[in-house]
Amino acid sequence: MAQDTKSILLVGVGGQGTILASKILSQGLLHFGFDVKMSEIHGMSQRGGSVTTHVRFGKKVDSPIISKGSADILVAFEKVEAARYLDFLKRDGKLIVNNYEIYSLPVITGVASYPEDVTDKLKTIVNDTKVFNAFELADKLGNSKAQNIVLLGALVAGIGLAELDWNSVLEELIPEKMLDLNKKAFELGLML
Amino acid sequence: MKQLLTGNEALARGAWEAGLSVASAYPGTPSTEILENLALHKDICTEWAPNEKVALEVASGASIAGVRAIAAMKHVGLNVAADPLFTMAYIGSLGGLVVVSADDPGMFSSQNEQDNRLYAPHAHIPMIEPSNSQEAYDYIKEAFDLSEKFDVPVLFRMTTRICHSKTVVEVGDRVEHPALQYVKNVGKNVMVPAAAKVRKTILTKRLQELEKFSEATELNRVEYASDGNRRIGVITSGVSYNHAREVFGDTVSYLKLAFTYPLPPQKISNFASQFESIYVIEENEPYLENFVKQLEIKCHGKDLLPWEGELDSLTIAKAFGMASENVNFAHGLDLPPRPPVLCPGCPHRGFYYEVSKFKDIVVTGDIGCYTLGAVPPLSSIDTCICMGGSISAACGFAHADHFAKTGKKFLGVIGDSTFFHSGITGLINAVVNKAPIIVAILDNRITAMTGHQENPGTGRTLQGEVTHQVDLIALCKACGVKDENIRAIDPYNILETREAIRLAHDATEVFVIIAKQPCALIKSVMKARARMKCYVDQSKCIKCKMCMKAGCPALCFQNGQIIIDKTMCNGCEICAQICPKQAIMKEE
Repeated sequence: MAQDTKSILLVGVGGQGTILASKILSQGLLHFGFDVKMSEIHGMSQRGGSVTTHVRFGKKVDSPIISKGSADILVAFEKVEAARYLDFLKRDGKLIVNNYEIYSLPVITGVASYPEDVTDKLKTIVNDTKVFNAFELADKLGNSKAQNIVLLGALVAGIGLAELDWNSVLEELIPEKMLDLNKKAFELGLML
Repeated sequence: MKQLLTGNEALARGAWEAGLSVASAYPGTPSTEILENLALHKDICTEWAPNEKVALEVASGASIAGVRAIAAMKHVGLNVAADPLFTMAYIGSLGGLVVVSADDPGMFSSQNEQDNRLYAPHAHIPMIEPSNSQEAYDYIKEAFDLSEKFDVPVLFRMTTRICHSKTVVEVGDRVEHPALQYVKNVGKNVMVPAAAKVRKTILTKRLQELEKFSEATELNRVEYASDGNRRIGVITSGVSYNHAREVFGDTVSYLKLAFTYPLPPQKISNFASQFESIYVIEENEPYLENFVKQLEIKCHGKDLLPWEGELDSLTIAKAFGMASENVNFAHGLDLPPRPPVLCPGCPHRGFYYEVSKFKDIVVTGDIGCYTLGAVPPLSSIDTCICMGGSISAACGFAHADHFAKTGKKFLGVIGDSTFFHSGITGLINAVVNKAPIIVAILDNRITAMTGHQENPGTGRTLQGEVTHQVDLIALCKACGVKDENIRAIDPYNILETREAIRLAHDATEVFVIIAKQPCALIKSVMKARARMKCYVDQSKCIKCKMCMKAGCPALCFQNGQIIIDKTMCNGCEICAQICPKQAIMKEE
């Protein structure tokens, strides 16, 4: 397998902004000279279902999708989704978890229950686990919707590319009136 | 300039640069964005068709008229368009004609997993399969040239991961392709038996020419192992090539096929003869493998790889003994499932909530967001077969009941776009053949499932221009449904909905309910309803949880209380109408 290729799996729930975060990430990586492949799933999954985006980058990327046990970093925008896709992470992989709950319909209707100790459990399983509430952090900055950019910042730090000029990428892809907030959200994520 | 484009974006860009003039499609995941991206170019004619058959017929006419044309569809759409496809192989193409089939291995958003590569040999038309966005961009140009050179439509076969993966593409500029001179030619273009017999012979000869092309073209190329070893040769195509490279890298050699019908027997035999073992790596059907085996070449393929589902590198690595020890993390938690559900404020909810109360109604479903009416707690749908199948299947149920004698009522539920696609014929059948069924057209004023495309009922073209809006009620009347057997209702009003279903239930002839309320995700609807919110008056709430039976994701039972999430609620008031204690109110 191509050793220099890095694999990032972003998971969440439809509407959380995973796709915009992945887009900024991929555009940035291309801009910084990497080969990039990004794969996302449309359709049924958008209707409140699980959403996954695969981003792979390196000198030359072959497969556009990440297999189980091979993600270098797993970023979960919702904590049960972190557990759901945990088997995609490789042994020494990093886990970033938004300490945020979204109840699925089976939970709402009482058919299934939402586990209480997800983040504690994840911490005991994966050594390199970061847990924070990106929703609250973004809310404090002025708009909870920027939670995806907080998570993106943490992800960029996690893959060791914090020193690159991500501000220029944000400027290119985020509308003027939202730019300031998103820059702050990104900076905050980098520091987590 | 290097860009990150999805396969769909790259295909559209390449087709436009190739001098494309006419493009038609019916939306369907994963193909939808092809036409949406073509529509960004105002110098070409692009349009949504009511179904894939129409799309291919429009493209066929344009091709015969002398311009380059394309029809794009998802895999099951090609079943609908198969009729013109097979005969266009006889007629051929003056202007280049390309048919895009976007298959869905893994069934991320489809009702089946058919492998449309099998259409190429069946219809006797050449096929091209790209492996990434750059190839989608490059090869679509090749497809138009080939179509004109060989006077035949070309099948351009994509899959979900090619359509929806963004990979790096270098794009160029459009080269105009002036219309070729149309000359009336009855022997070539009018497929009556006498002419078709002649054309069939030409078609057979053409296949021999295409096979020669397949042997020579660089679309089918060999890549040798970096150390020159001759141990393993991999024969592959499409997205599988990338997965195979992920597993074996430069340690094996590849016969990478992109022109996959007709396949090149000599090239394959020559390649195979150089290696100790041959692996055929492909998703779903053993399409390449069967051909390789016909050449009496020993190979591994579906003896090790699955027939079903999407391939990935781990599956290939495991199949060929290349996987390292299993390193997966396990958490041991019991995770709640997260199935897709009808959105908060979805107008379909009220209809399903009411229909689910009629225990003697069997509901035949169709393809769209509203298929989610099958999911608990609404659990309202009994069947889902194909686009437009709901109404005709309900007819079948009704006919069967002459024998089964259940005494039940049968209701076909269908969306507005799907009704225009292929539901109308079912309705005509029901009327003419006297099947006393109920037809419910859930008219949410858009093609919702695929991401909001215009349809004949929206009054807008693909470009957003105002156009004729087909009147559903007038259409049903024209099909023979009587005035008194048609009810237009607002599905946000559950009493009105219940009353209409009651009337329909008791009718002895075809009865049509048109539930009219726009999709809650349409931008103008979201804007108009942005401040509409419901809340629970906790002093009145008796925690009976009746409201939760409508399955709205905005409602939640937390810390002993029913709570409505204001970020999700759009004030549709379905829950408020269900509440027996009037404890749910709309904010003023």
